[in-house]
Amino acid sequence: MDILNAIVALSNFVLIPAIAYGSQLALGALGVTLIYGILRFSNFAHGDTMAFGTMATILVTWWLQSMGVGLGPLPTALLALPVGIIACMLAVLATDRVVYRFYREVKAKPIILVMASLGVMFILNGLVRFIIGPDDQRFADGERFIVTARGFREATGLQEGLAIKSTQGITVVTAVIVVAVLFWFLNRTRTGKSMRAYSDNEDLALLSGISPERVVLVTWLIVAALATIAGVLYGLDKSFKPFTYFQLLLPIFASAIVGGLGSPLGAIAGGFVIAFSEVFVTYAWKKVLGYLMPEHLEPSGLVQLLSTDYKFAVSFAILLIVLLFKPTGLFKGKAV
Amino acid sequence: MSDTVKTTGLFALVALLIIGTGFVQSWNSALLILNLGLISAVMALGVNLQWGFAGLFNVGIMGFVALGGLATVIVSMPPVNEAWAAGGLRVLLGLALGAATIIGAILTYRAMAPGRKRNLTLLAVLLVGFFVFRAVFDGGVQAVEAVNPSVSGYLGGLGLPVLLAWPVGGLLAAGAAWIIGKTALGLRSDYLAIATLGIAEIVIAVLKNEDWLSRGVKNVIGLPRPVPYEIDLQNDPAFVERATGLGIDPVTASTLYVKLGYSILFAVVLVILLILAQRALHSPWGRMMRAIRDNEVAAEAMGKDVTARHLQIFILGSAICGIAGAMMTTLDGQLVPTAYQPLRFTFLVWVMVIVGGSGNNLGAVLGGFLIWFLWVQVEPIGLWLMQTITSGMSEDYWLRGHLLEGAAHMRLFTMGLILLLVLRFSPRGLLPEK
Repeated sequence: MDILNAIVALSNFVLIPAIAYGSQLALGALGVTLIYGILRFSNFAHGDTMAFGTMATILVTWWLQSMGVGLGPLPTALLALPVGIIACMLAVLATDRVVYRFYREVKAKPIILVMASLGVMFILNGLVRFIIGPDDQRFADGERFIVTARGFREATGLQEGLAIKSTQGITVVTAVIVVAVLFWFLNRTRTGKSMRAYSDNEDLALLSGISPERVVLVTWLIVAALATIAGVLYGLDKSFKPFTYFQLLLPIFASAIVGGLGSPLGAIAGGFVIAFSEVFVTYAWKKVLGYLMPEHLEPSGLVQLLSTDYKFAVSFAILLIVLLFKPTGLFKGKAV
Repeated sequence: MSDTVKTTGLFALVALLIIGTGFVQSWNSALLILNLGLISAVMALGVNLQWGFAGLFNVGIMGFVALGGLATVIVSMPPVNEAWAAGGLRVLLGLALGAATIIGAILTYRAMAPGRKRNLTLLAVLLVGFFVFRAVFDGGVQAVEAVNPSVSGYLGGLGLPVLLAWPVGGLLAAGAAWIIGKTALGLRSDYLAIATLGIAEIVIAVLKNEDWLSRGVKNVIGLPRPVPYEIDLQNDPAFVERATGLGIDPVTASTLYVKLGYSILFAVVLVILLILAQRALHSPWGRMMRAIRDNEVAAEAMGKDVTARHLQIFILGSAICGIAGAMMTTLDGQLVPTAYQPLRFTFLVWVMVIVGGSGNNLGAVLGGFLIWFLWVQVEPIGLWLMQTITSGMSEDYWLRGHLLEGAAHMRLFTMGLILLLVLRFSPRGLLPEK
């Protein structure tokens, strides 16, 4: 029995990665849920919106790097992030002008808007692949670790090392700031309140003089910012590949639905539920159990419930369970 | 009458495009476009059944197509006897135990009263079942995959004629559709979309990782064919004589002969399915489906079981996609799990249905041919366009290389553009529903 080492191993391989991944998913799911709440359709182009914003950020990062500008220990991408957000906002507003506004005006069924978002997804995907190529891109620079495994071992004298990547730290800090600002905006400012009113009851909001186009505009701007931040954080933590971002759509949607579509708080909770389950189920528990169990009971296999390739199956299974037993999600979203 | 003229005209246009390819490029590429066009048309028919008839939004077509491909392997490859001896039965036993766990969990859920006791029992059943399943299953898988992994390392198939795989592919896809339909239908439409999107990714993950079943990323190659091999034809004196009699080089003649053989087989399937779909559309059943699509509440008030009808048509449509998937893998002669890309196998089929005209079977077929033709030809056109644009730039200018390289991605862009344009300006498609 060695509880301390077990806790360290657990944090190193499960808790910290899951918290970072959960923050990224939560930011993505917030975007999906806002679109759903205000514009009332599931935006299938969200993964590719993230990819677009990230791509813009990467291009600026490369330019900054070539100019020799950097942030020291922090990744240069943080400096490029605002430019990426603006580029993504422009792209998203353009799609709204050209594509979605028409369907809003004719009051098309939500499913038609979903199909239009498929078209947008294709176009953004094509653009991203055309501009930056379909391959993996790494753009993280600066200090790699906040705490290194070796440093931790030397400092504590424990057998297990604990490593915290700086990208993981940045992810969590950024996510906390972004969520705090978002909730402050939604709950305290006039525009935020009008957004929530519009989401609750469109007709009533119109009667009280809220301009729908303004609400929609602000929503798109926020969504673009959230998508870019989520995409850049994910890209810093792992790597950027257009196809991976498209695939993120499934866990992101799962997070939003598990939390309750249309509920910002639910999106955050959903993101962490999905991230923790994915990491828990696909982690090989041999090491942690080895510390916890008496020696002769130590497991011989890896004690991995599912291979990591099945992480989609985990989000999917949770999604199905929630849909079956609590169709409105954990935080009482809109849809039934 | 003008409808008939329009339909004939558009189909004639597609025929002209394909024949034109024959004259301009080569007859081999024309037949290749025709064959995959036929398969695409079958897929589009399946999706049209779901979307056009019933308004169900399925974005997991790729999964059903891949299941059809898996069926081809299971049905037609010869069994690997060593692997069966090593652990085949153990794998099957493991799968049976896994299925028994899920059935046991469902029975427990139904039999017990709601409450904490039920939840705990359910959890216990699932956990115990899972570990028993893994204990039996993993050993079997290891034994099977250890058998000569570079050549086989999987269980093989049943060694039956490959044509049998087509209906079996339909059945496999129908089974998967039943599972999804049972859970996600009856909820709002977006949820079905997400659920199908997920199941498609999972099917592909299974194909990539379960080596004992499909050899995973090592691919299954050399699937049996329903048509003769080119090399046999070239060695057949009678065939060579006939080819030279027609004035065609025997090698070209043999490739054309094989491709034509496929075309005929696929065309037979398409015609049968098209007739069935047309009959269904004009039957009382088809009218009921469209009534449900247009107003669920009213249809339900008239005593129609909306959820059951949705489940029915969802299974039928998915089965057709499965058949198409089996046909495609038969044509390829190999199962390559990494080749299944959602943009190509799910969203492209959607573009076909929307452009062709949802709710109209002939429209879906037309869309299948037309969009497939464009999908194939956009790349050379894009390349040509980029070459024209970059012709003024110097050879080693970075933008030139970049643009030429990126031409391949013009396809996605074009397809998205076509989808949006049709959705916006002609939402009922080229051949609208009557």
